[in-house]
Amino acid sequence: MRGVTGLFSFIQEHAATVQESAAATQEHAPEAAAHAQEWGTEAMIHHIVDSRVIEGPFGLEWHLPQWDPIHIGSLAIDLSPTKHVVFLALAAVLTILTMWLAARQAAKLDHGAKAPGGVLNGIEAFYLYLRDEVAMANIGRGGEPFVPLVITLFFFILFSNLLGLLPWGATATSNISVTAALAVTALFVVEVAGMRALGPKGYMGTIFYIPKGLNPIMAGIMLVIMTPVELIGKLAKPFALAVRLFANMTAGHFVILALLGLILTYGAGVTMAGVGPKLTGGVAIVGALGLGLFVMFLEIFVAFLQAYIFAMLTAVFIGLIRHAH
Amino acid sequence: MHSMLPMLALLQEAGATSLGAGLAVVGAGLAVIGAGIGIGRIGGQMADAMARQPEAAAQIQTAAIILSALIEGAALFGLVIAGFIK
Repeated sequence: MRGVTGLFSFIQEHAATVQESAAATQEHAPEAAAHAQEWGTEAMIHHIVDSRVIEGPFGLEWHLPQWDPIHIGSLAIDLSPTKHVVFLALAAVLTILTMWLAARQAAKLDHGAKAPGGVLNGIEAFYLYLRDEVAMANIGRGGEPFVPLVITLFFFILFSNLLGLLPWGATATSNISVTAALAVTALFVVEVAGMRALGPKGYMGTIFYIPKGLNPIMAGIMLVIMTPVELIGKLAKPFALAVRLFANMTAGHFVILALLGLILTYGAGVTMAGVGPKLTGGVAIVGALGLGLFVMFLEIFVAFLQAYIFAMLTAVFIGLIRHAH
Repeated sequence: MHSMLPMLALLQEAGATSLGAGLAVVGAGLAVIGAGIGIGRIGGQMADAMARQPEAAAQIQTAAIILSALIEGAALFGLVIAGFIK
């Protein structure tokens, strides 16, 4: 406590100098804004957010077509493709291609005449693990119809995540709309699976919680209290899925861009302790690239892990609602 | 606190544009502390469990990685909200 008040009096003593520099910062606000546009957070953020231009090497740019918005009532829905839409389509094509190639090789193998090799071997390892340890283990009996969904979710999210790590690539799943759409899909499947497994009365039982053996007044009070809680619980789980995937993908890219931005800070003519900008810039380049490389490896791991977690949690939710009684 | 002005001036020095943005950044840091504590505990108990039963090491490691990802998800919630409010 003494330390805190000591800190505050220290701040107040130096408040004059601090206020001067704050005023100086405010004076330079327009220049600072233009500077930030080119070298600061805006320059970094444009690599993460969606855009209508796909950039390639050598300054190549593909300006995506802009279609007229579709008017439904008072809503104007703009369906023109953006960068993330193109990369989503690319991830879908890659998923279909991978599975199709693996299935073709499996069909040619003549049912166990020899062990699978190559692409089929790798895909089969993923497929068998996802089917046995993730889908069937969590969903239980009658889980076969849900296995394709779990596998598709895993591979689609995996390819979307990994495409962002390639040069000039963009992560579609770093867009909250994409992850929200995936989470809405998961919500839809979970609720419909619940309705089919429990029947209408049983499904209503998961919303309106009526414990047995209480006198009617207490049961009524419990009903009024627990129903919103149950409804929020149903919506919170897909919301968590969406935000978890979105935040993991965006945070990784932002950290890499911030590290690379350090190069600009240290090379921008800063003279530290008599050492000129070329040396600090050089040290910053080596350090930032090294750290950036490490973070990129971590990003690959996070891409696999988050795809696995999304698929696994979807399987867990399906299993939970099917066995809710 | 004698007045908010010195703190605001300090935050502006550090690059925040307003007290709200500065506090949002502090909140984001607190969320990361929470994640660090949670994952640290998992790590410690993972090491204990693997030392007691080396044959279960693979299962324990898989469970630990999955739980760490879930806890990081919770911390990233906080970061996302801090980002939105800024």
